Amino acid sequence: MYKYDNYDQKMVDTRVEEFRDQVERRIAGKITEQQFTPLRLKNGLYLQLHAYMLRVAIPYGTLNGEQMRMLAHIARKYDRDYGHFTTRQNIQYNWIKLEEAPDLLADLASVEMHAIQTSGNCIRNISSDQFAGAAADEVVDPRPYAELLRQWSSFHPEFNYLPRKFKFAVIASDEDRAAMRLHDIGIQIVKDGWDKVGARFYAGGGMGRTPMIAPLIRDFVPIEELISYSEAILRVYNRYGRRDNKYKARIKILVHEMGAEKFIEEVEAEFAHLQGQNIDAPAAELDRIIAHFDDPAYETGLSNDIDRSDPDFAVWLDQNVDAHKQPGYAIATISLKPLGGIPGDASSAQIDIMADLAEQYSFDECRVTHSQNIVLPHVRKADLYALWQRLDEAGLASPNLDLISDIIACPGLDYCSLANARSIPLAQKIAKRFADIDRQKELGELKLKISGCINACGHHHAGHIGILGVDRKGTENYQLLLGGSGAQDVSLAKITGPGFTEDGIVDAIETVTDVYVAARQDGERFVDTYRRLGMDPFKEALYG
Amino acid sequence: MDDILRFRDDEAYEEPAVTLDSFFDQSNATAVRLEDGEDARQLIPYLDRLAMIEIGFSNFGDGRGYSAARILREHGYAGELRAQGDVLVDQLDFMRRCGFDSFAPEKPINAADAKKALARWEEVYQNAADGRKPIWSKRHG
Repeated sequence: MYKYDNYDQKMVDTRVEEFRDQVERRIAGKITEQQFTPLRLKNGLYLQLHAYMLRVAIPYGTLNGEQMRMLAHIARKYDRDYGHFTTRQNIQYNWIKLEEAPDLLADLASVEMHAIQTSGNCIRNISSDQFAGAAADEVVDPRPYAELLRQWSSFHPEFNYLPRKFKFAVIASDEDRAAMRLHDIGIQIVKDGWDKVGARFYAGGGMGRTPMIAPLIRDFVPIEELISYSEAILRVYNRYGRRDNKYKARIKILVHEMGAEKFIEEVEAEFAHLQGQNIDAPAAELDRIIAHFDDPAYETGLSNDIDRSDPDFAVWLDQNVDAHKQPGYAIATISLKPLGGIPGDASSAQIDIMADLAEQYSFDECRVTHSQNIVLPHVRKADLYALWQRLDEAGLASPNLDLISDIIACPGLDYCSLANARSIPLAQKIAKRFADIDRQKELGELKLKISGCINACGHHHAGHIGILGVDRKGTENYQLLLGGSGAQDVSLAKITGPGFTEDGIVDAIETVTDVYVAARQDGERFVDTYRRLGMDPFKEALYG
Repeated sequence: MDDILRFRDDEAYEEPAVTLDSFFDQSNATAVRLEDGEDARQLIPYLDRLAMIEIGFSNFGDGRGYSAARILREHGYAGELRAQGDVLVDQLDFMRRCGFDSFAPEKPINAADAKKALARWEEVYQNAADGRKPIWSKRHG
């Protein structure tokens, strides 16, 4: 894991001082709320329906036990004893007091964490593959490149007043676990035919009200020019991105309106210019960062055998455990989607337990996933049963990873000032309807995603089944979408037709899953059957 | 002119800057003003004869002027580069880093606040237009 040096520490400490000063000036009335807003946003502080919400950055979703424990401490000390893990691998707290925010940031800084640029029209937290460093299919660990980008993008003087927010995702395998092409910039780290590492760039993806899949912008950028090429894209966007309409200000609109070809031409011209400007750190800097991500000290000669005699454990093992690159080890995912719970929420006590388990069983490391779960990346297979028992005691052993109840949901109208409809109670109702785990397993991989408004924070465009909450003449109404994916088979979901009431949408989901079960061929997932058959049979069953 | 914050040793430029359109009409003008969206690269052939370039910020949230400033510096412009308009104390440091060396804020900035804001960041992560050594460079001598 990356460890701050004195420079990194000084940067976050300075940020705490700066923000303390800004809050004091705001409270003293020396700056207006309008002037203060972008400053607090750049420290992750939003004004929500009931209180301030603070979003803490978890760069590329990686945490150690001490950091995780700090997240629990913050929930206890400054909030109501819980936190909410987000689709961008961050954590949010919903009940923060402005005057306490500087102390909270100081607590974070004490464990090498921050809330820098977790909101505002700037480069946000860099997300990555939650299996980075452990996945068998990766070319290299993508996180050092994400860390290089984190440092470059932090307090970037030119890119703090962009037309709109800007999100990077960095992966390094063909399987996409990070919805890479639905980001403003998606990077896949690759190797060319001579084993040289480089970056494949996609730009102009995103969800929101106008979902777009990012087109390929460049097949291979030599890794030593990762930053200058990123800078070229950002500069083209900063100069030409629309500023006349907030809803058309993301880079996806620029790429779409300009056309990918012309956009690439602009980027290449800017890149050629920036190549002479000493933008990129020397190779030694990347080497320094890469050394922080060396493999942990795996034991060798471990057995791959797992005792499956406890049937409840076996269910969890089959669903929530993935293959590790190292023999004798496995990747375990802790579902934060218990029946009746709030997707992505964890109590302070649960966060503490996950911190303990990371220390005890996973070389002091855990990860946050974009589907709002927690990963223990390096668990000895021999320890899985003991781990599962501890999780089970803590209510953290839901065996539903990637099943219909592993729902991504935005905070919705229960918290968010933008929402039109509630997401959380609907997620709970759906999970309850499909509570039987055997039935869920029978339905197989089914990614269900709920957004409470068209801003799409719940990724409904990328759901095998997506739900969009809208306001219809003052009542909450839910549109149903089918066929999206945020993975390597990326696609955008399509609306089935007229929306449904809260109870009606739960029935509608059952209707479409029934169509799938009746029509599927061998090995087909829900989304595969949908792609083969198209919308018609589903529409027919829904609307008759 | 009293309200201008200036970080240059030469004499302050007193003549008003002309618009970009007038600049192309008047071949002898030595000061020009760019509005938010105007292309700084149009000035590249004339940088030698310009003593002052003013970049307007109609709204502090519109960051196009930061790119304009850096582009001008990257192409070797050494004259005065002034940020004018909705220029606030919390943006001064970023503006300095992008190459601005004078500021004509619409609302005066308290000198002590400005000094504090500009002294705050001892280290920077990027190479920009202010010649400061980035952290990666210090790490590797």
